[in-house]
Amino acid sequence: MADTEKIIEIQVLRYRPEQDKEPVLQSFKVPFTDDMSVLQGLQYIKDFLDGTLSFRWSCRMAICGSCGMMVDGKPKLSCKTFLREYYPQGLRVDALAHLPIERDLMVSVEDFVTKLESIKPYIIPKEPRTLEQGEYLQTPQQRDMYEQFSSCINCMLCYAACPQYGLNPSFTGPGILALMHRYNADSRDGGQAERNELGYADEGYWGCTAVGYCSEVCPKGVDPANAINQNKMASAINYFTRFITPGGAEK
Amino acid sequence: MSARRPYVRSMDGWWKRDAYFISYMAREVTAVFVALYAIVLLFGVVRLSQGEAAFNGWLQYLTTPWMKVFHLIVLAVFCYHTWSWFNIMPKTMPIIFFGGKRLQPGTITGTGLVASVVACLAVLLIVRGMS
Repeated sequence: MADTEKIIEIQVLRYRPEQDKEPVLQSFKVPFTDDMSVLQGLQYIKDFLDGTLSFRWSCRMAICGSCGMMVDGKPKLSCKTFLREYYPQGLRVDALAHLPIERDLMVSVEDFVTKLESIKPYIIPKEPRTLEQGEYLQTPQQRDMYEQFSSCINCMLCYAACPQYGLNPSFTGPGILALMHRYNADSRDGGQAERNELGYADEGYWGCTAVGYCSEVCPKGVDPANAINQNKMASAINYFTRFITPGGAEK
Repeated sequence: MSARRPYVRSMDGWWKRDAYFISYMAREVTAVFVALYAIVLLFGVVRLSQGEAAFNGWLQYLTTPWMKVFHLIVLAVFCYHTWSWFNIMPKTMPIIFFGGKRLQPGTITGTGLVASVVACLAVLLIVRGMS
């Protein structure tokens, strides 16, 4: 191989709850080649320098959404970010911002998973069909209304990019709201009324102030800011019309 | 007993952490200047109700060097205000199809910016025509 081995400094924010009162930086010198990702750099540290370093990973190809972390302050999938981009100055790796650090680069996913379950992230059929009736048909344009929002891999980079979530964790947050929109916007789905209760709440769409950074950092082009903000009009109309529509106020 | 002790990091000074947050805060702050300028205009309306001399006095006040500097600052801020809000506008719109193709964010932002330039020119021309 033509690549000569270079050495890069990786600073890792460590937090070992049994010994650290608060997170501390630890520096490692890692030999790397141009094809190595930040994740591979961390794996080198774990294999050869310090086996106690904890981080999540699985697929190594931006599909599983496990290896999200702050790389030089930006939310990134570490498998999709390359060490060569930070050479020779080195880089710093932190756990995803705005989320509680469980250990080293691992954050708590409890809040995210609880919220994900709460929005009913599955199709609630508009009209139940039997197997004999066949599949639910959809035009390409109907599919386009939700397709990009269905690309979410739950990596939580958008949560690390959202200051509103950092300031107020009761905000449902970009990723989950984008998934809520994904199902609401599906022509086969009839669950809007059930989900809107959460979407139209203060913690729902209105918790977003259109910072827009979530859409910038999303590795799958989901555009959560768009998913959220396009619902504010419908929510506002609902707010003002619920008193004049029969039975609307109870909703 | 659980050994878990999740560590929550402080949000102090969060907006200085990333250039993206700084431009976001700058966009939000422009609203203060919009309000300030609305007060200046409102003051003009009040002076107008007090008669010609009062209104001319207000017009005279607007030509003082301090007010000229203020206007230049406000103009620069308004330009950023216009650009930044039309820049985020595509995020606020539903997916629109135009002739079978999806309307691109750049088109929405561009249309907004062109509309604001046209509106400014129209107002300028009308004011010119009246004076």
